[in-house]
Amino acid sequence: MTVEVLDRPSGETPAEAALRIADCDIHPSPKSLEREIYPFLEKRWQRHMERYGARPRQPFLNGPAYPKGQPDAARRDAYPPAGGRPGSDLAFMRTQHLDPNNVGFGVLNPLKSGQGLQNLDFADAYCRAINDWQIAFWTREEPRLKASIVIPYEDAAASAREIGRCAGEEDYVQVFMLNRTAEPMGQRRYWPIYDAAAAAGLPLAVHAFGFGGAPITGSGWPSYYAEDMTGHAQSSQAVLTSMIFEGVFDRLPGLKMVLIESGFAWLPALCWRLDRVWMRMRDELHRCRRRPSEIVREQVFLTTQPMEEPRSPRQLVECIDWIGWDRLLFATDYPHWDFDQPDRVLPAWVDAEKRRAFFRDNALRVYGRQMP
Amino acid sequence: MTALPPGAIDCDLHPAPPSVSALLPYLEPHWADAAGHRGLHELETIAWPPNAPLSCRPDWRDGDRRPGSDPERLIGDAVEGFGTRYAILNCLYGAPMLYSEDMAAGFCRALNDWLRAEWLDRDPRLRASILVPPHAPELAAEEIERMAEDRRFVQVLLPVMGETPPGRRVNWPAYAAAERAGLPVAFHAGSAYRHPPTPVGWPSYLAEDYAAQATAFQSALTSLVAEGVFQKFPDLTVVFAESGVAWLPAHLWRLAKYWRGLRMEMPWVDRSPEEIVRERVRFTIQPFDAPEEPDAVARLFDHLGSDDLLLFATDYPHWQFDGMGALPEGLPADLVQRIAVDNPLSTYPRLEEGEP
Repeated sequence: MTVEVLDRPSGETPAEAALRIADCDIHPSPKSLEREIYPFLEKRWQRHMERYGARPRQPFLNGPAYPKGQPDAARRDAYPPAGGRPGSDLAFMRTQHLDPNNVGFGVLNPLKSGQGLQNLDFADAYCRAINDWQIAFWTREEPRLKASIVIPYEDAAASAREIGRCAGEEDYVQVFMLNRTAEPMGQRRYWPIYDAAAAAGLPLAVHAFGFGGAPITGSGWPSYYAEDMTGHAQSSQAVLTSMIFEGVFDRLPGLKMVLIESGFAWLPALCWRLDRVWMRMRDELHRCRRRPSEIVREQVFLTTQPMEEPRSPRQLVECIDWIGWDRLLFATDYPHWDFDQPDRVLPAWVDAEKRRAFFRDNALRVYGRQMP
Repeated sequence: MTALPPGAIDCDLHPAPPSVSALLPYLEPHWADAAGHRGLHELETIAWPPNAPLSCRPDWRDGDRRPGSDPERLIGDAVEGFGTRYAILNCLYGAPMLYSEDMAAGFCRALNDWLRAEWLDRDPRLRASILVPPHAPELAAEEIERMAEDRRFVQVLLPVMGETPPGRRVNWPAYAAAERAGLPVAFHAGSAYRHPPTPVGWPSYLAEDYAAQATAFQSALTSLVAEGVFQKFPDLTVVFAESGVAWLPAHLWRLAKYWRGLRMEMPWVDRSPEEIVRERVRFTIQPFDAPEEPDAVARLFDHLGSDDLLLFATDYPHWQFDGMGALPEGLPADLVQRIAVDNPLSTYPRLEEGEP
C-alpha cells in the first residue's frame, strides 16, 4: 500500500500539517513473537526464550522494573482495532499517526530486543532477529519508515559484527543503544561499536531505558516510575559526559550521536558545567582535546520528546536558542502515553525556518536522507 | 566585580582536620584506641584529592598542608577576605562514609566536638553544620539532638549520595530530628560511594565524578519531592550545597511534567514541584556553572523564577572562581542583597540570634 503524502509549501497554512515532518522516535512491536520474530531466531534460542525468558538485569521476568502508569505505557487510543499491542499494526499506525500528522520520515526504535540481556549469546541472536524483522515487516511495507540496528552492546565485538552485517541495507539509518549501559558509554570496552558505526557512516542513537544494573541514582534505587522516567535525563547526561571526556568524539570526529527520549533542556547547563570542569582539570582529561560545548555543537543531537514544559513557552524557546535550532530532531514517541503532538509543541510565533529545521531538516541532515 | 553588601553570609566553606590524629582528643576511648591499634588511614574521600586543582584555589594553598586545615588561613582568606558576617563550615572529611554505623557515628561525634573546640570557639563569626552518619538515621537523630543545643550549629550536613535515595522513609528520623531542632538539612556534593555515582556505573575521571554531582542533586530533588518529605516535614528547609544551580530550571520543567502525568503514584505531593522548591529548597551559589555574559545570567535568573533560592557561598577552599568573583557579573543590587544577606538569614534562623 502506498500513501500519497502532500508536500505543500510551508507558509501556505500556519499549521504544521502543511509541513511533511520527520518523527525520530516511533516504537514498533511484533503482533506475535511466534509469527514475526521466530522466523528470524534460531530454534535453540526460541526454546531458550520459552524455558528461561529474556532475563535482563532487573527483578521481574515480565514487564519493566517500575510498573508503568498505563498498560504498556501506551496511549489508550493506540490499541489497533484489529487486535494486538499498540504499535504492532502498520495499517493502524498509518491511519492514526503517519497520515494525519503528515510524517514523511519515521525512525523505528524497537525497545524490546536483546539489548541488556544477561546472556550475551541470546542477546546477540535476539538483536539480529529484531533487525531482520524491522526490514521484513515494516520498512519493506512502508517506505516512510526506517529501521535501527539494535545491537547487544555489552558485547562490543558481536555488536560490531552486527553493524557490519546490516550496514549495506539502506533501510537502516542508525545504530541503536539504550542509555543504561553497564559502564559509562565512553569507556573503551564499547569503542568497537563506535568504530563500526563511524565506518558505516551511521549515527549512534542512544535511547532512554535499559538494564545496566547500576541504580539510576548515585544513592540507590528510587521508589517510583516517575523517578525512573525523570532519571533518564540524568542517565543521558552521564552518558554524554563519558563520551566527551573519554575522547570518543575526538577519536571519531565524523561520528554523530543522537540522544533519544531523555529530554533536551538540560543540555545548556550540562555544557556550561562540563566546560568549566574541563578547563579546570584538562590534565586529567587528556583524551578530550576540544571544549565539551564545541564537541556537542558539532557532533551531538537530541530528539525532542518528551518536551520539557516550563509554564512560560518563551523560556523553552530561549532554552532552544541556547542549544541551537540545528540540534533538535522532532519525535513523538508513538504509541506511548507521553506522545508529543506535533502541532502543539512549539509556540505559534516561532518562525517558519526554525520550524522546518526542528520538524524536518535537522533529521534529514543527521540521517543523510531525503523525504521518500 | 559584583560587590558584596555589608553583613554578607558565606554559606559553604570547608574546614578539614589536619590529620586523623587531630581527632584523637575528641574520640571516645574505644574509637581512639581503634584508630591507633588498627592503623586507621586518613579519611579523605576520593571526591576531593587534596592536590587536585578543584580541591584548593592556588592562592589559598599552604604548602603541603591539607586545604582548609588551618583556621587562621580560612578566617584570613575567606572571612576577612570577603568581609563576611558569618561563615558556615561544612566539613567534608570522610568519617560519615565509614561502613560501620557505630564507627561512623563515633567519628562524627568527634568531628563535631573538634569543630566546636578548634573552630567555633576561636572566632565568633564561624558557624557549623552537624556531621551525622547518613546510613544510620536513628544515630543521626541522636547526634542532632546532642549538638543542636549549641546554637552555633545551624544545620545538619549529609552527602547528596548516600546509601538510599534521600527521600526514602528510612532516612526520615534524621529529618524529624532536624525539624524539631529548627535546623535545615543540607545535602552537599559528595558521595558515600555505596553505589556508582552515575546511572551507568563508575566513571574514569575525577572530572566526570564532579560533573555527575549535578545529576546527583537532580535525582535527590526528585526523590525528596516524590516521597513526600516536604509534606511530611512541613517546617523543614532543605539546602543544596555546592550543587550548581544552572540545572535547576530544566530539571523542574521535567519533574513537574512527570508529576502532572503520574500523580497517581504520589498523591501526597499536593503541589507542583516548582512551588515546593521555591518555598523549601535553597542552593549555595558556587559553583555557578553558567555563562559569564550578564544577559545569559539574567535569563537564567528569569528561568529560576525566584530571587529567594540562592545563598551566597565561596566554597572555600575549592577552586571555583578567582579573586573576589564569587558572584556573577551584572546582578542588580537588590538581588545581591537577597543572595548575600536576606536569603541566608531566612534560611538559617539561628543566625539572627547573634552572638550566643
